[in-house]
Amino acid sequence: MKKAPILNTYALLYLLFLYAPILILPLFAFNDGKIVAFPLQGFTTRWFVEMWDDPNLRVALKNSLIIALSTATLATALGLFAARSAVRYVWPGKAGIMGMIMLPLVLPEMIVAMALLVVLLSIGIPLTIFTIILGHVLICMPFAVAILTSAFQSLDRSLEEASLDLGETKMSTFRLIVLPLVMPGILSAFLITFTISIDEFIMSNFLGSGQPILSVYIFGQFRFPARVPAMLALGTILVAMSILLLAIAEYFRRRGIAKTGGKDTGGFL
Amino acid sequence: MAQSKAAEARTGLFLISPPALYTILLLAAPLATVLIYSVLHSANGVISGPVTLNNYAEVLTQPQYRAVMLRSLNISLLVTLATVVLAYPIAYFVSFHVKQEHKSLWLFLITIPFWTSYVIRVSLWRTILGYDGIVDSALMSIGLASEPLNILANGAASMVITLAHAYAPFAVLPIFVSLEKVDRSLLEAGQDLGESRIMTFIRVTLPLTMPGVIAAVLIVFIPTVGDYVTPELIGGGKVPMIANLIEVQMLKLRDQAMGSATAVTAMLIVGLVSIAFVLLNRRFIGGQK
Repeated sequence: MKKAPILNTYALLYLLFLYAPILILPLFAFNDGKIVAFPLQGFTTRWFVEMWDDPNLRVALKNSLIIALSTATLATALGLFAARSAVRYVWPGKAGIMGMIMLPLVLPEMIVAMALLVVLLSIGIPLTIFTIILGHVLICMPFAVAILTSAFQSLDRSLEEASLDLGETKMSTFRLIVLPLVMPGILSAFLITFTISIDEFIMSNFLGSGQPILSVYIFGQFRFPARVPAMLALGTILVAMSILLLAIAEYFRRRGIAKTGGKDTGGFL
Repeated sequence: MAQSKAAEARTGLFLISPPALYTILLLAAPLATVLIYSVLHSANGVISGPVTLNNYAEVLTQPQYRAVMLRSLNISLLVTLATVVLAYPIAYFVSFHVKQEHKSLWLFLITIPFWTSYVIRVSLWRTILGYDGIVDSALMSIGLASEPLNILANGAASMVITLAHAYAPFAVLPIFVSLEKVDRSLLEAGQDLGESRIMTFIRVTLPLTMPGVIAAVLIVFIPTVGDYVTPELIGGGKVPMIANLIEVQMLKLRDQAMGSATAVTAMLIVGLVSIAFVLLNRRFIGGQK
């Protein structure tokens, strides 16, 4: 590190600002006081017990897990098709179609959700967990495509050619050579889309039928001051889980880059 | 590989068809529907003709709609300014002062908070900034304030803080990428030719990284205009933005035509502002080539 004391201090302050809310979560989740304010009152785990005692939370958790697992599977599968097609093959209209698939990244989510809702209601599809999954896949797919595209790009094409020359069919080449090499990318895309789906609020709120979903449940509970400490306890667990999943995803992404002999160029985005 | 161009295109199109069909059915078709609804008339959830531009006239002239649109624009421009100005030095730090092998760790550290639940982060700001909340109680207990500041009562300011925090990583990454591309020898040349470090930064580094800055501006500006959660939780519904207005029209008033017109207008405004930023950037890119 070159000497730049002002920049160093600034960097630390900036990280502190970024992490302030996440650091506050556990601090007050274990604080023995009904009011979330300083000074701290002492250590307790009762908020975790109170949080888990609410049957609505357990229903919400189950629903969210069903949604997130389905979304991650579908979005990763569709992303695999899109990324393979875009990286490996040349076809007409690629820019337009890929642009359309990536569009949810730059459109305000509310507009996408409302447009989808209007159509679902007008053709009479009842709002259920299924409609939430439809919406989640739409906004998770671009992330899967982005991660998988970079996984396919770092793939050496001569490996595929060698396999074909040695008598393997196209299908077995894909299964034996391509798939294992992009597997870290697939796992990383799965974990990222799973995390996005668990945290997602707008689609879950508007495309659902009022069934409790984790993010919608948290949104509602934070309005009651008495429920805030229990929600901080829940938040602590969720944030810890997110960070764990991300660390695993990052591990796989780096392993994938190392496997194909590429150079690490940084984060997910 | 012995494969003709036509066969290659066929395989490519075959592979892209599942994700493409999914997006056409669930994104393109709904957006087209909204576009059509926006020029029709609706009452109590029933859509009818004839084609009219009245909805747009109403969105653009009615004072309450204009107030919401202008507020959304103001807040998201303020958020964008704050995020980008705060992000530039940190991106510069990581690009110029952090060792190569530690760079991805720093980027990982900066992006982690973004991947934790958005609803939880926004709700937390509510407890941090609220009356007798964490900021108030901390300042009062160390004697910096004698009565609660209650920052949350100022809806717009609280929303800017919350959103600037939420979108911080989005601004850092594109600026970092453009800083990484800056040819370091140009900076040495600048200093060899007698410019000070600050002047080298202003005349060489900053113009070269303008594309990254513009990308950061767009990446923060576009989603913040359409943010729904923050006005709802932080503003307490008292300072609605475009997304909240669209919700009221679509679901509470069941006026899909007006809701659609508002959504399309919002997208047009976002599009126009984005184009303005990109055109602004042309100047800088032009200088490079």
